[in-house]
Amino acid sequence: MIRVLLPAHLKTLAGVRGMVDVEVEGPATANTIVDALEASFPALRGTIRDPATGRRRPFVRFFVDELDRSHESPDDPLPDEVVSGKVPFIVVGAMAGG
Amino acid sequence: MSGVRVLVGTRKGAFVLTADAKRQNWNVTGPHFGGWEVYHLKGSPVDPNRIYASQSTSWFGQLIQRSDDGGATWSPVGNEFAYDGVPGTHQWYDGTPHPWEFARVWHLEPSLSDPDTVLAGVEDAALFRSRDGGQTWHELSGLREHGSGPSWQPGAGGMCLHTIIVSPSDPRRIVVAISAAGAFRSDDEGVTWKPINKGLHSEGIPDGDAEVGHCVHHVTMHPSRPDVLFMQKHWDVMRSNDAGENWFEISGNLPSDFGFAMDVHAHEPETLYVVPIKSDSEHFPPDGRLRVYRSRSGGNEWEPLTKGLPQENCYVNVLRDAMAVDSLDECGIYFGTTGGQVYASADAGDSWAPIVRDLPAVLSVEVQNLA
Repeated sequence: MIRVLLPAHLKTLAGVRGMVDVEVEGPATANTIVDALEASFPALRGTIRDPATGRRRPFVRFFVDELDRSHESPDDPLPDEVVSGKVPFIVVGAMAGG
Repeated sequence: MSGVRVLVGTRKGAFVLTADAKRQNWNVTGPHFGGWEVYHLKGSPVDPNRIYASQSTSWFGQLIQRSDDGGATWSPVGNEFAYDGVPGTHQWYDGTPHPWEFARVWHLEPSLSDPDTVLAGVEDAALFRSRDGGQTWHELSGLREHGSGPSWQPGAGGMCLHTIIVSPSDPRRIVVAISAAGAFRSDDEGVTWKPINKGLHSEGIPDGDAEVGHCVHHVTMHPSRPDVLFMQKHWDVMRSNDAGENWFEISGNLPSDFGFAMDVHAHEPETLYVVPIKSDSEHFPPDGRLRVYRSRSGGNEWEPLTKGLPQENCYVNVLRDAMAVDSLDECGIYFGTTGGQVYASADAGDSWAPIVRDLPAVLSVEVQNLA
């Protein structure tokens, strides 16, 4: 079970508190995790990735174990610690705008 | 007992203000979607419980919310606004080609006859329609694909389609306005379009009388006379008596003919309201005095309405979709400011009082009449 930590606005939108658990078929990647999130919480569709391009939104960042993985390919496999649920996949709303 | 519901979109959420027909004691709920920009929300004329809202942020993009219980509860519906085909380019601020990119929904216009049908005006400028209560959206691409599209250029707020008017007498007729392309009209329910900007004159564009390129801020109409259109342009207050075929200026004695908001009295089609703003470089009222101007003669002759409005040290703006009227026997006028006030007049503008004073910057105000 993969654990995901969402930013506050997306938690509100999804109607969840704390961590979200998702199951991913096949390799765990940023894209497959977001796919699973959108399947479980349709309100999140289009909020993390731009529907027109399929790319991560510019002010959204992905962190794993204190490392910013935003600029890696969203199809790269994530570490085993994410797959096992030992460390969460963190979606961050970037600080911007003062 | 009859009453009104005022729908307020702000920089940090939506608010719903309700009152009985006296419009003196108000109940305020919100923020709905706290922390998100709500550019616009509007109720269905045929089912007042059905309300659509445009919720967005630069972080997480666009959502459309729908309420089926008058704004008490909301559910996200479809938020995929895909341009039809390969969208091509428009002009960027520096005149270079720039690809059409969806940014947000500026205006939602529910159908006059079907609560599940709603039009959406978006940035970059295009018109979308949903026929399933907002679940899916399809572009009416004849507008964007009008031959002038590649020459359209954004205004300071982005290249937004901000005004949508559907004729009550002929639902095939739709008028839209785009900053800074101008006004366009379809007579076939949005399939084909023509620019309707003859008579507009704009300084600061290469050809001041061009067919397109005018920074139209808002267009409004009285439902009983759909061929008579009123426009607040970047500069100039304008009027057309022939559904936009020809425009003429009605700024008259206004202290400034720059502004954004404009509306028409619910029962008097020649009574107009504008809020003059000093200039395009100083987006606040002239002399720091917040004055609504009313014309009872269809333009040119304007009187300031000041009772209850701040007449010193007031430097707020009133944005294009932030004025609305109700249709109770004594017409109510409402407007919101970038300072977070929503003012109401229950006597057609003669006197004003704030409903709320401290909301986030107000982006839009709409009014529903409740039975």
